[in-house]
Amino acid sequence: MAGALEAGTQVPPGERVIDVRDLRMRYGAKDVLAGVSFAARRGEVLALLGPNGAGKTTTIEILEGFRVRSSGEVSVLGADPAGAGEPWRARVGVVLQSWRDHGKWRVAELLGHLGSYYRRYSTEAKPRPWPVGDLLDVVGLAAAAGTRVSRLSGGQRRRLDVAIGIVGRPDLLFLDEPTVGFDPEARREFHDLVHRLTDVDDTTILLTTHDLDEAEKLADRILILSGGRIIADGSADELSRRVAGESEIRWTRDGQRFVHSAANPTPFVRELLQQHGDDVTELEVRRNSLEDTYMRLVHDSEGAQK
Amino acid sequence: MIETLRVGIARGLIEFRHTLTNAQDLWGYFFPSLGLLIALFFIEDKKLPGTNLTLGASTLPSSIGMLVAFGGLITIAQYLIVDREDGTLLRAKATPHGMGGYLIGKVVGVGGMTLASILVVLVPGAFLVDGLLFDSGGLLTLLWLLPLALVATVPIGAAIGSFFDNPRSFGLVMLPIFGLVAISGIFYPITGMPGWLQGVAQVFPIYWLGLGMRSVFLPDAFAGVELTDSWRHFETFGVLAVWAVAGLALAPVLLRRMARRESGSVVAARRERAMNSMVR
Repeated sequence: MAGALEAGTQVPPGERVIDVRDLRMRYGAKDVLAGVSFAARRGEVLALLGPNGAGKTTTIEILEGFRVRSSGEVSVLGADPAGAGEPWRARVGVVLQSWRDHGKWRVAELLGHLGSYYRRYSTEAKPRPWPVGDLLDVVGLAAAAGTRVSRLSGGQRRRLDVAIGIVGRPDLLFLDEPTVGFDPEARREFHDLVHRLTDVDDTTILLTTHDLDEAEKLADRILILSGGRIIADGSADELSRRVAGESEIRWTRDGQRFVHSAANPTPFVRELLQQHGDDVTELEVRRNSLEDTYMRLVHDSEGAQK
Repeated sequence: MIETLRVGIARGLIEFRHTLTNAQDLWGYFFPSLGLLIALFFIEDKKLPGTNLTLGASTLPSSIGMLVAFGGLITIAQYLIVDREDGTLLRAKATPHGMGGYLIGKVVGVGGMTLASILVVLVPGAFLVDGLLFDSGGLLTLLWLLPLALVATVPIGAAIGSFFDNPRSFGLVMLPIFGLVAISGIFYPITGMPGWLQGVAQVFPIYWLGLGMRSVFLPDAFAGVELTDSWRHFETFGVLAVWAVAGLALAPVLLRRMARRESGSVVAARRERAMNSMVR
């Protein structure tokens, strides 16, 4: 079973924006990554999930070219990030977990300046950088254009980080915990932005998150990393089908609420309706949630390692 | 390359403007200058032993040499350390040609502020102190001395900065530099020092920057109070050039090593440490 999961979703070699094979990272005697393999295709949104210390940040830092791996093959946008040059850098956007830099700069000033590094990489098909005014509108910071960066609220600062990550209109964007500290409205807007990036610009996105709801909404494909290995690779649906679980059936009858679990809900619901007909209201059938699937997979893999 | 230079200069000018509009930064830059002016005011009438040159006239150019050395050595090092801690450097690393733009920007910004802090001392000082000489010979010397001073100190300062990744350990750098100032004939003639201290001082750029600036602003007759009774332009150029070569050879290696180590988790760990030490 583990072998089948590790093989993961097949992406044809020609379409691979990210191609990682048998990636290993060792600090002293500790293996942080013990043979990670996956691929991402153009325009795909990949969510990397996993418990703290599973190796998410290490993986993403290796792909960003900020950390040198111990062994394995890594290709990002056709180059090895460990030795890729500035033109490669111009095609990659990076949003890290937390920045505090450039506190004295004003928002529009900073975006304008950082954008100017991308000017020489502008092409007919993809004019770079993203004009500051448009970008501020897109991330909802237009009103804060003249504000000093150090005076932004946590959520505004995070949106600025995302804006800086995409100012060069990257082909590939890394988002490490992008929505921490967002209120629900900002989160919704951010999700719209991600959809826009992939739909309009065909940007490939690799994001890490602890928010399973977010992963389910945003990601075309989910990778679960645990103990330095990929233990699952597939869409939220595929993953939940992989875990044998029970569905939950809830309904109301005569003003009373009922809950029942069944491995196969169909016969149960048929019988329920035959018996009570229209007396049954507020009927809900829920398959394994991503959260259930995630908990089960991580728990099983941790058990297997012990 | 031209594009990086352009972006870097733009960056330097923006940072220069930020410094000029930030009271705390201005205070940091101009406090030493103000202190110098006040000191000059009180020592103005005293004469250097055996001459009719006032102590003020000798100290003013010397301290301009010192300000140049501070700008190149300390300020650059401090920026590197602070910018590493808050992630500015990592941001530069995440941007195409960002490191080049960052470093050029620093040289422009710090160069501009150093020039400004020199003017703050020089302009009022020129009225306060008698015996300064402004002539074309001095200007000519300034034209090679200032750029050489920049090249001799900035790479060394950057190399020092790349060694420390904790702003709170920077005092370790400040103390020896202040010690060097004390023995480098800035406030007290080097001829009054024991021979071995004179030897130590002449290894480092601060003495030569002070000497060079005295040769710019003082009449040639006063070369007589210096070691070997001359301005020693040839030696000044030689020693500063050696530091420049050493710095230019060392700094890129050290900066690259430092940059290679930067990553999100390293910055986060550093911040955690900073937070902890603040709580204690």
